[in-house]
Amino acid sequence: MNTNLFKYCLRLGDNSLILGHRLAEYCSYGPYLEEDISITNTSLDLIGQAEAILKYAALVENAERTADDLAYRRPEIEFYNVQLVEQPNGNFAHLIARQFFIDAFNFYLYSALKESTDNTIASIAAKSLKEVTYHLRRSSEWVIRLGDGTSESKIKMQEAINDFWLYTFEMFEMDEVDEELITKAITVDLKPIQDLWNKKVDEILVMATLTRPEDGYMATGSRKGYHSEHLGYILAEMQYLPRAYPTAKW
Amino acid sequence: MVVAEKTYKHIWKLFEQIPDPEIPVLSILDLGIVRRITSEDDTIVITITPTYSGCPAMNLFEEDIIAKLKENNIMNVRVEMTYDPPWTTAWITDKARKGLEDYGIAPPVRGSQDKGELFKEGVKNVRCPLCKSTNTKVISQFGSTACKALYKCEDCLEPFDYFKCI
Repeated sequence: MNTNLFKYCLRLGDNSLILGHRLAEYCSYGPYLEEDISITNTSLDLIGQAEAILKYAALVENAERTADDLAYRRPEIEFYNVQLVEQPNGNFAHLIARQFFIDAFNFYLYSALKESTDNTIASIAAKSLKEVTYHLRRSSEWVIRLGDGTSESKIKMQEAINDFWLYTFEMFEMDEVDEELITKAITVDLKPIQDLWNKKVDEILVMATLTRPEDGYMATGSRKGYHSEHLGYILAEMQYLPRAYPTAKW
Repeated sequence: MVVAEKTYKHIWKLFEQIPDPEIPVLSILDLGIVRRITSEDDTIVITITPTYSGCPAMNLFEEDIIAKLKENNIMNVRVEMTYDPPWTTAWITDKARKGLEDYGIAPPVRGSQDKGELFKEGVKNVRCPLCKSTNTKVISQFGSTACKALYKCEDCLEPFDYFKCI
């Protein structure tokens, strides 16, 4: 097994899986019907992307685990999603800020990964990119609409951007996993992705008449499986059924 | 055992009878979901691709395909999923585009798969499937299923689904 490739697949898959779950929690709480549907549609796309990449992870691992085993039987310390996606939904501005940060990251990452020398990763990236393009468009529009909206919505949007800022650096952290996979052109250097991300975020924040927060303490640790307290609660709910009834089938 | 050419033709023909569960005027062939029919020894391998990654109809397609072939005494069947090349609305047939419109869903506007289009104010020239006016506007990029957006006709005032270009 290529451990680094396995871990990289988990990183991509866990980001999508955990955010997909978080968005599903918001079902029926959207501000109005169309937006409620948008949130769950985005959730569905993400869970679909997670399924595709976790299936590949299972294949790479070659240890008779399925994508479902990886999603529903893994403990917290073996999850590699960034802490941003596990943060609670909060108010609608929080949901949008979190989505915007990750959508912009996914957009540039998948744009690059579709050239991966690993055919499966390249094809999943190309597929996901089509969906993420829509996601980014929607979350960008909301940041602008709320930021350049009423005095109340502007305060809420700015607070949400500020609250999640410390979770944005983790997306660009690289370790030995990246080092090996970059040399094989399976994956890409995250520094240029970060530059593109910064540019996009600045552009949208200006349009939204919002202020880019100062960099302060930045969360870290997810590359090693360290998480905020929130992931445990998500997994407790998400994994309850398959763990309580191991033979349950769809 | 070598699978005869006419068996492949027969199977393609059978697939015309499998409808999309959410847009029943379309068959799975109209949507371009079936990519390949091949064989390994005496097993027929059907390769399908999802419209959207999380398309909840994929499991149903698999079951429908296996059931349809069993009905026709083709027993050894395996369904595989591919993401390469990614599905595009350009694969929707002309017959299906007409079927969509008759059903009340505006078909994807041609030639707008360019992602630049996605960052403008919604796709222009979406024709209302009811009164055929192009004076329409987007209400939401996400409609009743992942593959559709919600539009409204400014002339007849009816809301309608638009099959998004991807």
